[in-house]
Amino acid sequence: MYAQMVKTAGTGVKTPDEMSDQERAFQARIDAGEKIEPRDWMPDDYRATLIRQIGQHAHSEIVGQLPEGNWITRAPTLERKAILLAKVQDEAGHGLYLYSACETLGVSRDELIEMLHAGKMKYSSIFNYPTLNWADIGAVGWLVDGAAIMNQVQLQKTSYGPYARAMVRICKEESFHQRQGYSIMMKMAFGNAAQKAMAQDALNRLWFPSLMMFGPPDKDSVHSTQSMAWRIKINTNDELRQRFVDQTMPQMKYLGLTCPDANVKWNEDKGGYDYSDPDWDEFFAVLRGNGPCNKDRMAARVKAWEDGEWVRDGLMAHAHKNKIKNAAQVAAE
Amino acid sequence: MTRDQALFQFLLRLGDSTLILSHRVSEWCGHAPVIEEDIALANTALDLIGQTQFWLELAGEVEGKGRSADDLAYLRDVWDFRNLLLVERPNGDFGKTLMRQFLFDAFQSLMLGKLLKSSDKRVADIAEKASKEVAYHVERSAGTVVGLGDGTPQSHTRMQAALDDLYPYVGEMFVSDAVDAVLIKVGIAPDPASLRADWDALVGRVMQDATLDIPKDAFTHKGGKTGTHTEHLGYILADMQFLQRAYPGAEW
Ligand SMILES: [Fe+2]
Ligand SMILES: [Fe+2]
Ligand SMILES: [Fe+2]
Repeated sequence: MYAQMVKTAGTGVKTPDEMSDQERAFQARIDAGEKIEPRDWMPDDYRATLIRQIGQHAHSEIVGQLPEGNWITRAPTLERKAILLAKVQDEAGHGLYLYSACETLGVSRDELIEMLHAGKMKYSSIFNYPTLNWADIGAVGWLVDGAAIMNQVQLQKTSYGPYARAMVRICKEESFHQRQGYSIMMKMAFGNAAQKAMAQDALNRLWFPSLMMFGPPDKDSVHSTQSMAWRIKINTNDELRQRFVDQTMPQMKYLGLTCPDANVKWNEDKGGYDYSDPDWDEFFAVLRGNGPCNKDRMAARVKAWEDGEWVRDGLMAHAHKNKIKNAAQVAAE
Repeated sequence: MTRDQALFQFLLRLGDSTLILSHRVSEWCGHAPVIEEDIALANTALDLIGQTQFWLELAGEVEGKGRSADDLAYLRDVWDFRNLLLVERPNGDFGKTLMRQFLFDAFQSLMLGKLLKSSDKRVADIAEKASKEVAYHVERSAGTVVGLGDGTPQSHTRMQAALDDLYPYVGEMFVSDAVDAVLIKVGIAPDPASLRADWDALVGRVMQDATLDIPKDAFTHKGGKTGTHTEHLGYILADMQFLQRAYPGAEW
């Protein structure tokens, strides 16, 4: 999930009595499964929470280009290189749709980017982990895109129209990414001894960080209730995490890889796997900026933005000159 | 030199140039000035890889030693590469990357235009597939060169510097040698020198709109097309070929 620990604005869920007439009507529309559109009235806290959530999701897509982009120049075949390029291009496209969805809430893309660079907004913790061998590119597609889909499929039903529609488009591409990732994992896991070792190494490093993508356990998840009432979150963190483990374990078995969690075990009674929580201290440390790649990721994004300033200014100045030229031409005719 | 020997060299010149340029362009991934440019650069790199696959696959077929496009891309050393020196130049700033792209796109669009009528149908078919993409590339890179050349004083200065810096690598595109002579004779490929006038006209128009001056000095660096490269290519290959070299024979 690309939006973790999104702080919900407001003071908690209001009872119908505490709501204004407008708020009551708004909640009734959500409860009836209606979509909220940009011009509709919405509570300020709903708007603020959505900006955080969609913005964080958009930032994740953009920062997420970096760990995968890390292997484009080293992709082992022309075909793999082409697939990876196409994938990273999709992720930038996802960032673009999501920033556009966010702009419908009255905040510009540039403002959002500046907030990210100033450390006032976050992106998913997963992108602060490095991609150290080629199998990581497989594992990212399989596990990271897999976890993202788990979350995004439910968000296709979210209450905010532009966000829900962006999710529908994005989900189609994400499942393609996941299949491509798994196809790399198969080649590696069924390859020579060195390739198998790379596949296992990638899984060892990315398993727990992938579980962290769903956010802290429900018992510690302070922001969920209001967001669920607003239907900008549909399932709880633990529900999605469980679903992800249940989906992934048989795939891992097929690959012949060993889960780095020694406690993972099928539980007949609950009809799902038991598994260990990731190290939540590590998770919070990563969110605070102390993951293995936080500094590199942010430095790369800030540098791209600052180095690109003259380009953005130049293209804008040119567009402005053209506008004046065209206006003068029209006036002369 | 036989027809096939010449054709093999010519196909490497095409396929290696698109491969190395794609590599350079893909280095931008995630670092572009705006998201739209991240997408556009990835798209360009992707198109160039697709073209590489066609050219190098045909090169392997013409060579007749059973080498695949991947074998050619990943298992040759620097001296066997036949790409233009222009495409191995480091990216520099975004303006320089787009300037290099435009200078190359302008050449490639003219070359492919002629190859559409190649007497070798396989060459003509690839040119047909690639020419639509390249028509789009040249339009886009020309538009960006104009936008930045005729933008702010700073963007203008940077674009002029980019043009001055890259211009000595332009002439190599139009050098003809014994390889070309064989292919001209059998109608497979045009004389590269014959493309110069149209290239000058196209680039002249774009530079005029971009308010940029084409350097007067006609000095030309050469060697790429015959296997004498700059120091940069070795590092590009070290990156690109790492996995294939470290784990010979593995399937990916
Ligand atoms: Fe995505
Ligand atoms: Fe993603
Ligand atoms: Fe994805």
